[in-house]
Amino acid sequence: MPDLGLEVLWRGKNFVRLLGGLWVALRISLIAAGISVVAGILLGIAASRKRSVSSVILRIWLGIIHIMPQMVLLFLMYFGTTRAFGWNLSGETAAIIVFSLWGAAEMGDLVRGAVSSIPVIQRESAEALGLKPFQVYRWIILPQAVRRLLPLSINLITRMIKTTSLVTLIGVVEILKVAQQIIEANRKASPNAAFGVFLTIFVMYYLACRPLSLAAKKLEKHWR
Amino acid sequence: MDWAYIEKVLPLYGKATWLTLRTGTAGILLATLVGLLCAAVLHWRIPVLRRLIAAYVELSRNTPLLVQLFFIYYGLPKIGIKTNPEACGIAGLAFLGGGYMAEAFRSGIEAVDRIQEESALSLGLTRKQTFLSVILPQAAAISVSAFMANVVFLMKETSVFSAVSLMDLMFTAKDQIGLYYRTTESLFLLVGAYLLILLPLSLLGTFWERRLRHAGFGT
Repeated sequence: MPDLGLEVLWRGKNFVRLLGGLWVALRISLIAAGISVVAGILLGIAASRKRSVSSVILRIWLGIIHIMPQMVLLFLMYFGTTRAFGWNLSGETAAIIVFSLWGAAEMGDLVRGAVSSIPVIQRESAEALGLKPFQVYRWIILPQAVRRLLPLSINLITRMIKTTSLVTLIGVVEILKVAQQIIEANRKASPNAAFGVFLTIFVMYYLACRPLSLAAKKLEKHWR
Repeated sequence: MDWAYIEKVLPLYGKATWLTLRTGTAGILLATLVGLLCAAVLHWRIPVLRRLIAAYVELSRNTPLLVQLFFIYYGLPKIGIKTNPEACGIAGLAFLGGGYMAEAFRSGIEAVDRIQEESALSLGLTRKQTFLSVILPQAAAISVSAFMANVVFLMKETSVFSAVSLMDLMFTAKDQIGLYYRTTESLFLLVGAYLLILLPLSLLGTFWERRLRHAGFGT
């Protein structure tokens, strides 16, 4: 049995530190996911009317976000806007802004798709019964759209959690950075720490994402 | 914008673009191969192997590429598996993409009506013939949109290769920003190079998908 370097996890507070690093990454994705869901629903409803200004804006916005790697968007925000506008952004704030912009566009597109998929007759019947526009959305359109929307938006959040691992490359001290620090600090005592620590992170991300994608799959089957 | 500077560093970005294209293409080709094999195993329900493949698909789809790369590049050498950066990048992309491709092909195969298989078998075709000349062509037409989406996705994922010290576009841009504070020019070139790679790819996907739909294939 070769030395897998797992014992380093139990030395001192190493394991707790790793969990703390994971939390930094998860916090970024949860904040961004929250903003994305709210902004996405508003944007999606606004864009669900065909040939409206907002639908064109959403299409262009989505096009830009889709074509550029998230890493490039992070660079543009972290290095580009700070240079162009002269403000100061921490890596974490830059990441939250980028992921929110990304998530809002994707979420907006999902909402737009879900709302447009509901037969026009539903809206017309509701209006004929005297419901006001807000009531039509609140009681008729959204409850039906949510069934299509929920699995897809859970998948989006899972993707967001996975993508937050990138923030280490713009200097945020999250789980991968903490891992490197632990490996460096224990270089003498456990030279194989890199294997054990990165394996642990691998498993941690899996445990964070797997329940979500499983839930999405279950909901999709359940509501079909 | 300092055009003289841009002209000076253009070859640097050209080299980085070529590296991104090369590693990305190699990784995507490998991923497609892995995906096809996995989808075939899942389709034929080969015992034991099928469970392993299912676990692999879940594992690769539920972890970030960056974490996979770190594990391959820094973790595996400790138990005697050494890689160079480029091989590591390609292997990581193949590991991640294999799972996504398997999912795309599997859902394509599943979408082909069962009656197609039953009819082919009752006409006397062997299992192999049925799969290769009846199911696969139809499944391929259905899978095209998911496949092309994966290709674009994987090409974009190559942007984390700089973390395992591959001198790709991100690495070059970050280097130039760090060394000379040429932020505007570097980001301009970065975005331009990625557009050059990704725009044709994504247009090709749309075009191909539309053609197949036009021909009446797929759903």
